Amino acid sequence: MSNVNDSLVEISKNIRKNILKMVTVSKSSHVGSALSIVEILVTLYFKILNIDPSNPKKEDRDRFILSKGHGCSALYAVLALKNFFPEEILESYGTNGGTLLGHATKEIVPGVEVSTGSLGHGLSIGAGIAFAGKHDHSKYRVFVLLSDGECDEGSVWEAAMFAAHHKLDNLIAIIDYNKLQAFGRTEEVNNLEPLIDKWKSFGWMVQEIDGHNFSQIIKVFEKIPFKENKPGIIIAHTVKGKGISFMENQLVWHYKSPSKEEMDLALKELSLYEDGVY
Amino acid sequence: MRMAFINKLCQLAKEDERIFLLTGDLGFSVLEQFKEAFPKRFINAGVAEANMIGVAAGLSLSGKVVFVYSIIPFVTMRCYEQVRNDLCQQNLDVKIIGVGGGLSYGTAGPTHHAIEDIAIMRALPNMTVVCPGDPIETEFAVEQAVSYEGPIYIRLGKGNEPNVHETIPEFKIGKGIILKNGNDLNILATGNMLENAKIVADRLEKEGINASVISMHTIKPLDVDLIKDLAYSGEPMFTIEEHSIIGGLGSAVANILAESNSRVIFKRIALPDAYIKNVGDQEYLRYLNSLSIEKIMNKILKEINNQPDDKASRRGSIS
Repeated sequence: MSNVNDSLVEISKNIRKNILKMVTVSKSSHVGSALSIVEILVTLYFKILNIDPSNPKKEDRDRFILSKGHGCSALYAVLALKNFFPEEILESYGTNGGTLLGHATKEIVPGVEVSTGSLGHGLSIGAGIAFAGKHDHSKYRVFVLLSDGECDEGSVWEAAMFAAHHKLDNLIAIIDYNKLQAFGRTEEVNNLEPLIDKWKSFGWMVQEIDGHNFSQIIKVFEKIPFKENKPGIIIAHTVKGKGISFMENQLVWHYKSPSKEEMDLALKELSLYEDGVY
Repeated sequence: MRMAFINKLCQLAKEDERIFLLTGDLGFSVLEQFKEAFPKRFINAGVAEANMIGVAAGLSLSGKVVFVYSIIPFVTMRCYEQVRNDLCQQNLDVKIIGVGGGLSYGTAGPTHHAIEDIAIMRALPNMTVVCPGDPIETEFAVEQAVSYEGPIYIRLGKGNEPNVHETIPEFKIGKGIILKNGNDLNILATGNMLENAKIVADRLEKEGINASVISMHTIKPLDVDLIKDLAYSGEPMFTIEEHSIIGGLGSAVANILAESNSRVIFKRIALPDAYIKNVGDQEYLRYLNSLSIEKIMNKILKEINNQPDDKASRRGSIS
């Protein structure tokens, strides 16, 4: 692994530690959904996005929308480490009188572009921002991270049609394809497959990656736009609860918050991954 | 009202490059002039209202002032959660233009009637709800909406509504307009019922009854001071709206009166809590549902004739 990737691994470990502390203290849900998107977020925020934490509203900034707003503990942890706001604020996540809500909310801290929490909203909003960018001849790009279960929502496919029709090649969607949604496996609840064909047939350029492999994530982001005049989508195969052995691929961690003992166990596991291999 | 809207919007868009217009594939023979004059700021989002509201939110987050146009049930209910989360929660400058207030789409049936829209839109925090009473008010509402902060719902009729105002009124979002001053009773009308309210008042005058007519074009924020002033006069008060009896102007006014210590006689004239499946045009359906001129007249006369003339005892205290 290159040095760049080593540092991203180190950052990801930090993010995971913060996520675990946040959900344990707040006794909140969705730790599994946050852990599966860590590598994607870390790559975007530390390597890809044109952003400036000291000027979070600069006009030509790249936009990131966490359409799966329930994974926001990961986003908050990344924004804090990226110096959008002090890391101490993370301690107030989901606590009485605290600062950070359990779904991404834009007014609360700098760096959150769009408030989300109900699924199927982010891609439409991202398409609107991308449309404005084209209209204004601005160079910014819009990244929208969706969950797999979110693709059950009809509005996602309305947005998919719209973005392709308007040739929004400045719009990049990423699907966190961990294959577990709120009450079962995606293939059991409402089968998404063939997912790649679906997006292709809607006029999108599709890329498929391992969503925990930095080399693959970086490589795919560096190819943007995948094709001129076409919106791009990255199907990122991920593991729900990634990085913590007893949380991986377990539906219960969509809901359950770790006990103090489980948190300690998880933190201990993370500290063992010195070589960055999970 | 539709033409008043689009004419005004085109005029405004010439001066203000932030203005965008989105439609959910409706507006044939209405929106063409905007599309032709400003093709890059016109988006037909297709029959996909949820996405259209999200796109409008994204444009607004990028500094645009966005007007979104469709028939009322589709642009309010079909995409209600997008309106709530994307527009209201984030307090974005998106202006929803709903056409077909009340029974404007008469024979199209209850899918196209708009009878619950005021109720659901006024329940949303940050949302402003305006129901212009005629084309003149429509132009003012559209013009003021551009610089008015946050999301606005503007409920229009359809076509062919006449100007009710005989002179140019002083229109301000959030402030009722007194069209006619009388001292026997007060008629508060909203939206496309303003015309009937005015005609009713003119006819009552011929029978020696002087009614005030007030255009309550803004349901939210409601002109509470005006309502309290009118209540304090002790004169019977009537609200008229082409909307369900639940949740519209009448409900909003009732809330104020109930907490105002007023004992004024108050009646709501509105559509029943029912889907209207009778076949007929707007005028016919109004007749069937107590909103024709004659039926409104009769209702008002019956109410005031049954009450002793005891205005003084009904005066409330302003609180």
